[in-house]
Amino acid sequence: MDKSIKPSATSRKSGKKSLLEREDFLAYLFIAPPVLLITIFLFYPVANVFYHGFQHHNLMRPWVDGFAGFDNFVNIFTNDNVFRSSLVISLQWVVAQVSLQLIFGMIVALLLNNAFRLRGLVRTIMFYPWAISGVLTAMMWNMMYQQHVGVINAILLDFGIIESHIAWLANPDFVLGSVIIAGVWRGIPFFAIMILARLQTISADIYEASDVDGASSIQKFVHITLPHLKESIVLATLLRTVWEFNAVDLIMNLTNGGPARLTTTLTMYIVNTAVTDQNFGYGSALATVSFIILLLFAIIYLKASKFGQEE
Amino acid sequence: MKTKSYWLKRIFLLYLPLVLIMIFILFPLYWTVRTSLMYEGDIVTLPIIYLPNPATFVNFVTAWDAVGFDMYFRNSLFVAMVSVVIITFFSIFTGYALSRFKFKGKNVFMFMMLTTQFLPAAMLIIPLFLIFGNMQLLDNHLSLIIINTTMQLSFNSILMRGFVSGIPIELEEAASIDGCSKIGAIFYTVIPLLLPGLVATAAFSFVGVWNEFLFAFMFMTSRTNFTLPIGLRMVIGEYVANHGLLAAGSIIALVPALLMFVYLQKHLVSGLAAGSVKG
Repeated sequence: MDKSIKPSATSRKSGKKSLLEREDFLAYLFIAPPVLLITIFLFYPVANVFYHGFQHHNLMRPWVDGFAGFDNFVNIFTNDNVFRSSLVISLQWVVAQVSLQLIFGMIVALLLNNAFRLRGLVRTIMFYPWAISGVLTAMMWNMMYQQHVGVINAILLDFGIIESHIAWLANPDFVLGSVIIAGVWRGIPFFAIMILARLQTISADIYEASDVDGASSIQKFVHITLPHLKESIVLATLLRTVWEFNAVDLIMNLTNGGPARLTTTLTMYIVNTAVTDQNFGYGSALATVSFIILLLFAIIYLKASKFGQEE
Repeated sequence: MKTKSYWLKRIFLLYLPLVLIMIFILFPLYWTVRTSLMYEGDIVTLPIIYLPNPATFVNFVTAWDAVGFDMYFRNSLFVAMVSVVIITFFSIFTGYALSRFKFKGKNVFMFMMLTTQFLPAAMLIIPLFLIFGNMQLLDNHLSLIIINTTMQLSFNSILMRGFVSGIPIELEEAASIDGCSKIGAIFYTVIPLLLPGLVATAAFSFVGVWNEFLFAFMFMTSRTNFTLPIGLRMVIGEYVANHGLLAAGSIIALVPALLMFVYLQKHLVSGLAAGSVKG
């Protein structure tokens, strides 16, 4: 590019490029908007959360506001039962969501990787929940979960699977599972898309070669498909774990964390502390703890899966 | 050639699972459409009616005119449109810098963009509430536009980088030989060729902004400023037993995102794989 004729008079005279022709200057100019936005509206707030965790800041009780030292954190770990239960629920929520989404997403991707008629249409149908928000997912499933006029009870009763109408979103035995199913419905496309993208890059030659060697479908899946998918699966699972751990839209609009806090995940608890209790100090301390948990998880997970280290 | 066992395999290992999963995926949409088109009396009748008969648009009319969905829709559209324009504009240049330029700190910048995908909205609502409070931007759509732009820009810039990389660099070199400045070359040769990528990026960010809930819920306090997700949540509170209205409101909120999805789905596989972020 340097061989090109420089049009501007200054650059010709001095032999130096004008600022707007210099690559590094342009690069910094171009990335300035995201850098500024991220610094001001993401990094500064995160620092602010860490700071606020060490403060008493409660909009309901402003007279106790002030420096708190480790009070909030000591409280969280020593006498906050909700924190403990919410952590367990978060764990159940994330494990169930991610594993079910992965299994069904993988099945959908493997199915869509075949050639068949109307594949484009089928793919559109399979992927559309990706565009549905958590709030809308909550609305749609809420209607179906209704105790008396809900279609799920009607169908299960017709097939004789249950004997009486179940209050899916109020019954302690079923509520978490019910919310998880709605979440899985919405999360399948993400995994299916990530896995399908990788599947499409596996060359057909490898399968043909293994056909010659007389490999069975299962052998092909275990020895060819799965190893190829490993990186995608590790990455998708990590992203989704973080995402589901942090997600509140669906829970908030389907059960609001109830009944009796049975669907209050840690993130739900943080939001409730911030929004309902307006206890910003304690909420910030909870957010800090939750952030550290996620960070530790991500580090351990990437180490354990040896991400980016094979071949 | 095609034996009986081939077809048996085809049916049990392909068509049957496809159909079963499609029923599971489609059912909630069918049920919402069905409920939105029924009179409340028919919705609560037992045994359950599976197809609206007679069908009615009364729920849509009520939702739009009386409940305020016209207002929520306009607010959502305004926030989404402005955010999408800003996100798309910035992502062209960020994506271009990532694709074409070598510069010090590039890896740090990439890392910075990736971390944004890991920061939970739930963690940010408290400090952002205070920050936007200081900026006098609470209950103002500008706060939503700013935070949506911030949250969406990274993913869409990485997406855009892929599109820029797909354009041969020779074109810009030719333009600069013809006396075009670097920025001129971007505007005259890159952006026209980038059009499909621009539309895809716009569609991606539209879906993200359109569906955003938590920030809007935290920052918008007066009803006249609610976006659709917040409007829907309020409907649950106030019209708890009115299923038809909820369903109609859901359809109103759902259609624009679904249309965008249908458009961008051909980019979905390559796009999400390239950016690898955002569900």
